[in-house]
Amino acid sequence: MTLELTKEYIIPLLVDQFKDAIDLDGDQHLYINADRLPEICVFFRDDPQFKMDMLRYLDCVDYIDHFELRYALLSLQKNQSLTFKVRLWGRDTLELPSVVDVWEGANLQEREIYDLMGVEFTDHPNMKRVFLWEGFPGHPLRKDFL
Amino acid sequence: MNESEKNIDGTESVLLNLGPQHPSTHGVFRLRTLLDGEEVIDVEPIFGYLHRGSSKLAEERSYTQVITLTDRLDYLAGMSNNLAYITALEKLTEIAPPERARYLRVTMVELMRIASHLMGIGFLINDLGAWITPLMHMFREREKILDLFEMVCGARITFSYMRLGGVSHDLPIGFEKSINEFLDDFEKKIEEYENLLLGNEIILSRMVGVAPLTGERAINCSVTGPNLRASGVDWDLRKKDPYEIYDQMDFEVPLGERGDNWDRLVVRIEEMKQSVRIIRQCIDDLPQGPYRTDTDFFVRPPEGEAYGMVEAPKGELGFYLVSDGTIAPYRMGIRSPSFINLTVLRELCVGWKLADIIVNFGTLDINVGEVDR
Repeated sequence: MTLELTKEYIIPLLVDQFKDAIDLDGDQHLYINADRLPEICVFFRDDPQFKMDMLRYLDCVDYIDHFELRYALLSLQKNQSLTFKVRLWGRDTLELPSVVDVWEGANLQEREIYDLMGVEFTDHPNMKRVFLWEGFPGHPLRKDFL
Repeated sequence: MNESEKNIDGTESVLLNLGPQHPSTHGVFRLRTLLDGEEVIDVEPIFGYLHRGSSKLAEERSYTQVITLTDRLDYLAGMSNNLAYITALEKLTEIAPPERARYLRVTMVELMRIASHLMGIGFLINDLGAWITPLMHMFREREKILDLFEMVCGARITFSYMRLGGVSHDLPIGFEKSINEFLDDFEKKIEEYENLLLGNEIILSRMVGVAPLTGERAINCSVTGPNLRASGVDWDLRKKDPYEIYDQMDFEVPLGERGDNWDRLVVRIEEMKQSVRIIRQCIDDLPQGPYRTDTDFFVRPPEGEAYGMVEAPKGELGFYLVSDGTIAPYRMGIRSPSFINLTVLRELCVGWKLADIIVNFGTLDINVGEVDR
């Protein structure tokens, strides 16, 4: 079985380097500040206790006053997985650093989220719409689209 | 993609559009290719022609109604899509199906895997220039599988067979005999396919060593399914994170070595053999009892979220459900293997000849319904 790493397990391992970047309160999920996202992702990928070599799935949910991105990581070597979230407040300009340099698998997934949710990923090599055409009004998966 | 740049020897590149209406693109899918003579310099996949907004539609439908949307994602593997969605929903609602339903689910999903791989291989051979005839050999077997599905649930493509807490129908009278006949026959047919395909000189010369993908790159690009295993990475959710009753099944996970087109073809053929093994065990051990638990039609899961995934024929298919306590999902995200596997397409094509693109694209075995959703 794939071992799902819990928040209680992860936080002590993160706290030395990224004390300011993780949200210690909140519910059962691990929340990370957007500005240090690529750094933490590199840590998750390379640290021998995590070895998260695959970005399993990236998704975004519109909660009206904020957007929540969910990064699901998977370690094929150690057969363990972890999930963390990033909150983005507001609705107009939503920006987040891209993790394509860490996992190439983020390339199309980030483009999908940009297309349907309107979250822009900075430093992405090809930040274009992926399903809809350029000039399509709005982002359909937002709650205020229809 | 920069079209105006001149090549080193002063010649100009040619921009060629493959698709969206092209027999090799397996649906409506466009490949914008930049060529230097016959050599491919750059490839840009353009899709979205079949985008139906399944995630958005799901937000307006009850959890049970969403099952019908999942049928239409990967329309060659409806059963697997149903199961992935139901896995996520059962995690969310914490409803468990009875034991008999689990066996029925695995039987159907493995039959579906055979049908999907048959189509993947058939169209690949079609792309190689063996026009239609070998494809019809594959269609013949798939037809028998669809007949079995029709016996079970009345549908041939859009099954909606998996339901919350079980399956929609129990097995009909005479099903066991039909499926055993099919399996006995199919094992001979796999031998026939191997004899026809694996010794063929054209297939060998166009596939062996063409477009290799290392395991490391495959993992970094989030490639899953037979494409990942062809690169020699031992990762199959059925073994590594078993769901339903796969932990009780005895089967092997076929692996490739180089990750080239040839390995991607052979892994699929080997997987069909393993699927036959699994189905035989399911039919032999099928327990008696109910095939479904009683659930409400309008189920209201507690607030929360769940991610459920299965090893679908194309790779890891996952559904991410967010519930706000009402009868419809607040958000349904789909981790579509076909879509994410396309990340490596450019890398597989650049540097090869134009004619190779078709084959490299074919061995990835994507389904446009699942790419565009």
